[in-house]
Amino acid sequence: MNSFEIDRLNLWYGSHQALRDVSIDIPEHQVTALIGPSGCGKSTFLKTLNRMQDLVEGVRIEGRVLFYGKDIYAPKVDVTTLRSQVGMVFQKANPFPMSIYDNVAYGPRIHGIRNREALDALVEESLKDAALWDEVKDRLKKSALGLSGGQQQRLCIARALAVKPEVLLLDESTSALDPMSTGQIEELVGELKQDYTVIMVTHNMQQAVRVSDCAAFFLLGDLVEFSPTDALFNNPKDQRTADYVSGRFG
Amino acid sequence: MRRASLYAKERTYMKANKSFIEAVFHGTFFACGMLSIAFVLGITTYLVWTGIPAIAEVGVVDFFLGRVWNPSSDQFGILPFILTSVYGTLGALALGLPLGLFTALYLSKYARPNAKRVISSAVALLAGIPSVVYGLVGMIVLVPMVQLAFGLSSGATLLAAIVVLTIMILPYIVNVSSTALEAVPRDYEEGSLALGATKTETYFKVSLHAARSGVAAAIIQGVGRALGEAMAIIMVAGNVANMPHFFTSVRFLTTAIVSEMSYASYGSLHRQALFSIGLVLFAFIVLVNVILNVIARRREQ
Repeated sequence: MNSFEIDRLNLWYGSHQALRDVSIDIPEHQVTALIGPSGCGKSTFLKTLNRMQDLVEGVRIEGRVLFYGKDIYAPKVDVTTLRSQVGMVFQKANPFPMSIYDNVAYGPRIHGIRNREALDALVEESLKDAALWDEVKDRLKKSALGLSGGQQQRLCIARALAVKPEVLLLDESTSALDPMSTGQIEELVGELKQDYTVIMVTHNMQQAVRVSDCAAFFLLGDLVEFSPTDALFNNPKDQRTADYVSGRFG
Repeated sequence: MRRASLYAKERTYMKANKSFIEAVFHGTFFACGMLSIAFVLGITTYLVWTGIPAIAEVGVVDFFLGRVWNPSSDQFGILPFILTSVYGTLGALALGLPLGLFTALYLSKYARPNAKRVISSAVALLAGIPSVVYGLVGMIVLVPMVQLAFGLSSGATLLAAIVVLTIMILPYIVNVSSTALEAVPRDYEEGSLALGATKTETYFKVSLHAARSGVAAAIIQGVGRALGEAMAIIMVAGNVANMPHFFTSVRFLTTAIVSEMSYASYGSLHRQALFSIGLVLFAFIVLVNVILNVIARRREQ
């Protein structure tokens, strides 16, 4: 089963074309890594999947993006529902300036859960799933801004998990973290794929090798190659992929 | 050799001259700085000095809780003025805060550059209109409207004053809170939108929450402005020392002083009581500013 089936996706920022005829099927319950040099379109592509691109002024999108068979760019699609199914964690940890509890409960509250016990349970479950519960269970009422960078990023993962998404998008979510925190999040991603489809943009090729099942290599707006991670790194089909993964440019 | 030493001499001379000028300027700046402190201390001392005797003579309870202000029969209860000022300020805040916050949200989050420019300059202009003009327009336009709308014998009421004060505090609330809202990191809002929140939910639950100290500062500024206003509201509030009610003529702390100072005779208890009202008003304003400073300091941390 595929989470996303994307057919000839083109994207322009004004007159600049940032994605060119990208077609790719992203399998569910796997970790898919998007790699490529800066400006290759991998983050741009990621943000089309939960329509965060809509927020960019002057963006134009053509092509078809199916999420479990439904076109997410169809006129009647409710973006808020889509985004509750396709969660996102950003490059820079961005917890709200509220308590840890309120951060995690924010999404469920937005989507109508008011019951105190239900919220408590959801917060605990989400924090456990994000491997943060043991570190914060005694200070749920304290400000989230007092957490370390790595903890903040895991809090953002917990916050995304609390709305029960199908897919989790990670946009270079470890690039601002120290190696220890990065390791924790990579381990976490490995566990999350049992319940979620994970799509991650990463600058770090070792990370893609360590964590992902499939990898997509983007270059200048083109999807050059999409293969199982092993194959992409050890036996690339395209010369450009070979050059990139062997560190000849980037 | 001679020449070199000549230069050296000149140089030292120049330096002495420079440091003298520096000292003069330093002293001037310092004196200017001290002047502000002197003004504040002077006014405070004078207000306390002139304000205490009447309170002592009338009695603290009779002065602050007395419901009747009638100088000709030596009744000096200022409760009507205090309550009118408090109600008027709260009323203006109750109308002005939502109006101002919505305007600020529109300006900082929704408005296109052109709309924003037009509205911002209108708001700036609103802040620049002299208060006597507000009073004038209020008297000619608003008061008859209130009279007509509610079938009153006179429209010069607390309600009319509240409406005028609302418009007067609006620019302060809009400016301070839109600045605070614009400073909210885009990251927060994107985080909320990515969770499936609508823009409106995001702005109310995340942006306003993140900007809350700025909004608090806006409220305090509005309160300070409304409490201290005299000219505009003396023209629309009827200026009768009633206990406050929306549809009666009322007199504020400020307008009580303005309207009676000219005919309270020198040395009389009446005149002294007006100074006491000034002291009460001053105490209110100081309180508001202390709160503002506490909030500002907390925001810095």
